[in-house]
Amino acid sequence: MNDPLLQVRDLGVDFGARAALDAVSFDVARGETVGLVGESGAGKSTLARAVLRLIPASRGAVLWGGEDLLTCDARALRRHRRDLQIVFQDPLASLNPRMTVGEALAEPLKIFEPELAAGQRRARVDRMLERVGLTVPMSARYPHEFSGGQCQRIGIARAMMQEPKLLVCDEPVSSLDVSIQGQIVNLLADLQREFGTAMLFISHNLAVVRHLSHRVMVIYCGRIVETASCDELFAAPAHPYTRALLAAVPDPTRIFEAPGPDGAPAPARPRAAGEAPPGGEIPSGCAFRDRCAYAQEACAAAVPRLESLGGIHAVACHRRRELVYS
Amino acid sequence: MNSAPARTATLCLESLRVSYTHAGSAIDAVRDVSLAVRAGECLGIVGESGAGKTQAFMAVMGLLASNARTGGSVRFEGEEILGLAPDALNRVRGSKLTMIFQDPMTSLTPHLKVGVQLAEVLVRHRGASWADAQRAALRALERVHVPAPARRLKQYPHELSGGMRQRVMIAMSLMCEPALLIADEPTSALDVTVQAQIVELLRALRLDSGLSIALISHDFGVVAGLADRVAVMYAGRIVESAHTALLLRGPRHPYTDLLLKCVPNLRAPRGARMPSLPGQPPAASAASRGCAFAPRCPRASDLCRAERPLLRGIEPESEVACHHPLEP
Repeated sequence: MNDPLLQVRDLGVDFGARAALDAVSFDVARGETVGLVGESGAGKSTLARAVLRLIPASRGAVLWGGEDLLTCDARALRRHRRDLQIVFQDPLASLNPRMTVGEALAEPLKIFEPELAAGQRRARVDRMLERVGLTVPMSARYPHEFSGGQCQRIGIARAMMQEPKLLVCDEPVSSLDVSIQGQIVNLLADLQREFGTAMLFISHNLAVVRHLSHRVMVIYCGRIVETASCDELFAAPAHPYTRALLAAVPDPTRIFEAPGPDGAPAPARPRAAGEAPPGGEIPSGCAFRDRCAYAQEACAAAVPRLESLGGIHAVACHRRRELVYS
Repeated sequence: MNSAPARTATLCLESLRVSYTHAGSAIDAVRDVSLAVRAGECLGIVGESGAGKTQAFMAVMGLLASNARTGGSVRFEGEEILGLAPDALNRVRGSKLTMIFQDPMTSLTPHLKVGVQLAEVLVRHRGASWADAQRAALRALERVHVPAPARRLKQYPHELSGGMRQRVMIAMSLMCEPALLIADEPTSALDVTVQAQIVELLRALRLDSGLSIALISHDFGVVAGLADRVAVMYAGRIVESAHTALLLRGPRHPYTDLLLKCVPNLRAPRGARMPSLPGQPPAASAASRGCAFAPRCPRASDLCRAERPLLRGIEPESEVACHHPLEP
């Protein structure tokens, strides 16, 4: 973690009186994939957008190459964005319907490398199309002519045109059919190996995050509640919310494990009670305490801070010692 | 599945077809689907987007777009209901035959309080008084375990969480004690911790009331937790059906097998390639002579490309449409 590529410090985003994101700090090293997991409304997309300054942050700093992206001037921001790209959840909505795929891919080249001749641009576009598993003739077609999986390949190709140092992937496979998700996840893994791109990979699906990430952060109600190496998070989850998330990942083959009489479905596993509170109704102290089986009085008194459990494993839970070792 | 005796089936589809004409070419969304949902049973219908699962059940509910053409037969409690005029269909639709959808926010009327929307069902279908219907609405919310139900009756849909809205939809669908609930991706828009709660609720309601459920889902995990039997659809047809445990333990159709392997799980070695299917599902306008899955199938032979395999019984209650099915 020496010489991190990206350093996020105490980042906060308020929507009106409510903090959608608060006290978020983390680093991303060169070539590292950091997974960000949480449920809808937890602040995952807000975090992605705030880091790229696509929405204004209310507090904190995003340090990139010695500069704060949140305060640097427009010219510097533009220069940095060449190295900071994003892939969105809905690939069709993120592509301009009136631009052919070739035009969409050539656009970043026109902006960042205006000196390129048309022929050179076309060669770069063709090369990237093939790199992401599409074909050269597809560059003359429009986004609506492609399937969801193909559109996501186009979105990834466009983001990779400048070989960015950091790729933010905001739920890149959530709108795709399950048979296609693997294609896209594997493509991202290949691109990362080939170009050494660091990634912030956002998903609500722990099983998908696990395939790609070196390190995982779990976010709940706008705060990071646990962060650990990927192996440790899945082997020894410390936060009760992380445990509930893990228990809730549906696994159809668990029917092997405990088939009931007559092959009836196995009984349901433990789960978290209730739902994440809508904004404005977040309880005092620990935001998860209303749903938590281990909540005590202390949990209502103060917001738990992210504290280390040793190494890079940290958890924001007042009962972290007892729960980990119990 | 079409061999099930009709008298015990709550819902029986026979050779159901749904097609559209777009720009001069035919789009076949549902091609010859036969299935039965028996009394008290939960049948899971699994497939990816465009497989035709929703279209088949929109045909059952008479909710297809006006340019849709249908063929075949849909019998509900023994009575043919396919193509009935809305007035005739409304004798069962919304009361004995109900449907809930993926996104409860767009299924609820945004400007009416939850209590009014629930009570309206009884006023309309049963001629109940508003006062009686309001009391029944409160009981209905209690039944689906909505917290603080009396307060929820006076709230608008946007004031509720996603999980609570889906509970309200379920409560609404149960107001007239239906014989069949069609649940179209009922958990897909919900967070994973809430999904498990809704599956648990549907399971409890079933045991409690003998309700039949047609559960449409792309998610084997949800289906595994609820369905007695599963039918897998691909390109508008059923390609395999079997008891849930049997199908999950030993799928016979290569598509079912590969789709199951694609479900992300927490057991795969970390850093391993994620399994996926090559290529794309065929467009609904594509007409193929052979098996629609052949272009993506590792077991495909010349026979598969020349001749479409018919759905045939391989064991009691198990059917598969494949020339080269996997061994059990």
